[in-house]
Amino acid sequence: MSTALLDERKDQIHRAGEGPIDLACNRESLAGAVSQRACVFCGARVVLYPIADALHLVHGPIGCAAYTWDIRGALSSGPELHRLSFSTDLRERDVIFGGEKKLAAALDELIERHRPKAAFVYSTCIVGLIGDDLGAVCRAAAARSGIPVIPVQSEGFKGNKRSGYLAACKAMFELVGTGDRAGIGPVSVNILGDFNLAGETWIIRDYLRRLGIEVVATITGDGRVDDIRRCHGAALNLVQCAGATQDLARMMQERYGTPFLRVSYVGIEDMADALYRTAEFFHPLADGILARTQELVRGELEGILPELTRLAGELQGRKAAVYVGGAFKAFSLIKAFRHLGMTVAIVGSQTGTPEDYAELAAISDPGTIIVDDANPLELSAFIKETGVDVFVGGIKERPIAYKLGIGFCDHNHERKIALEGFAGMLNFAREIHRSVTSPVWRFMPRRAAAPSGRQKVASAC
Amino acid sequence: MLTQSRPYVSTTNACKLCRPLGAALAFKGIEGAVPFLHGSQGCATYMRRYLISHFREPVDIASSSLGEKEAVYGGGPNLKKGILNVMKKYRPEVVGVATTCLTETIGDDAGRLVREFKAEFGDLELPEIVSVSTPAYGGSHMEGFHAAVRAAVDQLAADAAPTPAANLLPGFVSPEDLRHLKDIFQDFGLPVTVLPDISDTMDGPTLEDYREIPEGGTPLAAIRRMAGAPATIEFGRTLRSELSAGGLLQNRRGVRLFSLGLPIGLRETDAFYAALEEISGRPTPRRHALERGRLLDAYVDGHKYLSGLRAVIYGEEDLVVGLAAFLAEIGVRPVLAASGGGSKRLSAAISAVCGSILTEIPRVMEDVDFHDIVEQARALSPDLVLGNSKGYRVLARELGIPLIRVGFPIHDRFGAQRLIHLGYRGALRLFDAIVNAVLEKSQDESDVGYGYL
Repeated sequence: MSTALLDERKDQIHRAGEGPIDLACNRESLAGAVSQRACVFCGARVVLYPIADALHLVHGPIGCAAYTWDIRGALSSGPELHRLSFSTDLRERDVIFGGEKKLAAALDELIERHRPKAAFVYSTCIVGLIGDDLGAVCRAAAARSGIPVIPVQSEGFKGNKRSGYLAACKAMFELVGTGDRAGIGPVSVNILGDFNLAGETWIIRDYLRRLGIEVVATITGDGRVDDIRRCHGAALNLVQCAGATQDLARMMQERYGTPFLRVSYVGIEDMADALYRTAEFFHPLADGILARTQELVRGELEGILPELTRLAGELQGRKAAVYVGGAFKAFSLIKAFRHLGMTVAIVGSQTGTPEDYAELAAISDPGTIIVDDANPLELSAFIKETGVDVFVGGIKERPIAYKLGIGFCDHNHERKIALEGFAGMLNFAREIHRSVTSPVWRFMPRRAAAPSGRQKVASAC
Repeated sequence: MLTQSRPYVSTTNACKLCRPLGAALAFKGIEGAVPFLHGSQGCATYMRRYLISHFREPVDIASSSLGEKEAVYGGGPNLKKGILNVMKKYRPEVVGVATTCLTETIGDDAGRLVREFKAEFGDLELPEIVSVSTPAYGGSHMEGFHAAVRAAVDQLAADAAPTPAANLLPGFVSPEDLRHLKDIFQDFGLPVTVLPDISDTMDGPTLEDYREIPEGGTPLAAIRRMAGAPATIEFGRTLRSELSAGGLLQNRRGVRLFSLGLPIGLRETDAFYAALEEISGRPTPRRHALERGRLLDAYVDGHKYLSGLRAVIYGEEDLVVGLAAFLAEIGVRPVLAASGGGSKRLSAAISAVCGSILTEIPRVMEDVDFHDIVEQARALSPDLVLGNSKGYRVLARELGIPLIRVGFPIHDRFGAQRLIHLGYRGALRLFDAIVNAVLEKSQDESDVGYGYL
């Protein structure tokens, strides 16, 4: 622990039950600490990425576009322009003389070649420094092409990932309200902050359809420009992954009076809760919606409970670590693990807010380690200290777990298995079960050395 | 020469990565080293994720995590603070500092900042700090890789006292390739300093405890003595002299340089063994001669499955040159050789390795993206593709032909870190993989379902 934890990181770590929580979060990452976070550009790119019929042009050197080419599991039911990687590939001469001309030419040729419904132009670190007037180039390109060309102010160094979320929300808000909302019924929603990873948005959309709720726009998952343009016609915004899209929901509430509900589709409880609260919202307008919701939840649960119970029986008493991008998902995962008879001993996020961490502390078991903006050495020390059996995170956390001989579940944007909704809960249980019960762990040196489990490991720390 | 430059201003689906990634990877091959990117936090995180997908190993890359204030007033304080934090947590022997677009554009001079740091904190026990300038608005990850290797040699190889160990500068090759290369040297009885050596650091064992810095890598003491080596073997026919660490050792220290192509296929590997025979004064050991014989035997056994097939190859320039040399000698016509790299040496190198066998030199595309590669490939109706994972969906799947995965990145198959392309053994593996890809396709597409092929 002593070498793993730098003094300046101490107030970003808390143990549930040990005094009031006051995590110093949402600050810039500490130099040299090997943060698991990315940058402003990453935040913006994540949120806008699933808008499948838009051109996503990264104005910058090649790396920013290359590292984000088709890395996410956000599926589209139609066009797949979002799966290509477009860049102005700035070179030294552009840095010296400015990149505006190159950007304008790039926009013209790409819009002509792909005929997108809109174009997002992402600003990167050096664009923020060389002083390209992104707004002017985009306005001119929009005038020439007749499609919206929207600058995204996502210079990597100007804040952290959350600033990127805001930049993305501002960019999407430029589209909202520019389409015709005629024909949209009163029982209608937009889905915000679900990225349709492995088709998850389709699962939620299907539940809503069965309740008789019209979905106007699935903005950030299987998203379409024309849907976003008219999504101000929806009666309600359902906002998941609140960190990423709550700003857009607020903007829509302010300008169009659209109310929003914060929901989560991860885990049985939160999924059911999301449906019930949505049904309650529409219940005066939609006959029998509460009964339909009960029926849906009951039917879905009946479908998954027998196997879920069997899996939970074999997972009873196991311990998990959760380190995810947004804290909101962590709440749901703690509850989901309780359904499996498991406890969460470490929980953290890259971008949580003070309110998020207070809520985490409130729902966590005493002693749970709560961490903001962690890094590999901290995570590995926490894993050893708590003796967890499985780690839920993203690809960057996977080798940390595996090197320490514990299981892993990818709950990040690269996942190929749907983990939302009722069916997703069963998939999640299967994923955890598949990893935790594998025979390979007994051969791993750290665990082979301590066959009775965690006591030896815990005392060694 | 059939070289075509890109007609478009923009890049669609790049066939390259950026310089700092290559530099960070090269630093991962030095013992006790922590790579450190001087720039915004995102660069380090993106590159870590990218490398982890391929190697499936922890890849800790530190960052100076510059924010808006530092971009205005200079990143020096963050760089210094970051190095101190890395020292506290990782206790490194070496910190490899590479710059990024951001710090190059604001004019941070990493070399000067490192000298300041050493003066300011001279009372502490400091690690060696190697710095390299790697702005990403030029070149590719390979320029970054070679620049970092050259910087390490330039800044560390100060001891010219004679040592029996030869130098091997392999370029960006797999951990399995490196293990094989080291075995070859051992069988020749020739001590060797391989720089960088990612064979253990990027393909490590599971141990009882988590290692802050994985074991392995080129020892610092060995790098210091490279100036006294009897010879240097450096792979890379497209390597420009200003990026050549072997050239530096030759010009500055008089270390004899054997500049060779990546040893892929029979002829390029023969050249490598010839160099080893010359340096060691020994004939090729019997087990390697037998391996060469088995390769020839396979060439004959499999020649009819491959004869006359047409292949597209893409990736890092030196890999593409090696693959072209290999394909030409097994009867597969490389019809298109493409790279995102822009050394301007690709065409000449391809001609040099294919010219004696092929009647028609392949079409060569440099500094090119996948949009143009696919467009060109479509017109050439190839039977096979050799390259990394990036060409799967847009090229191989699109054209309905097999992709034989080589090089980096491979993030849609398992075991990329254990692929071997080099030496007679690597050529055999590649040969088996290509023949089997062809057999699998014809078997899958046959109505008969032959069980003997």
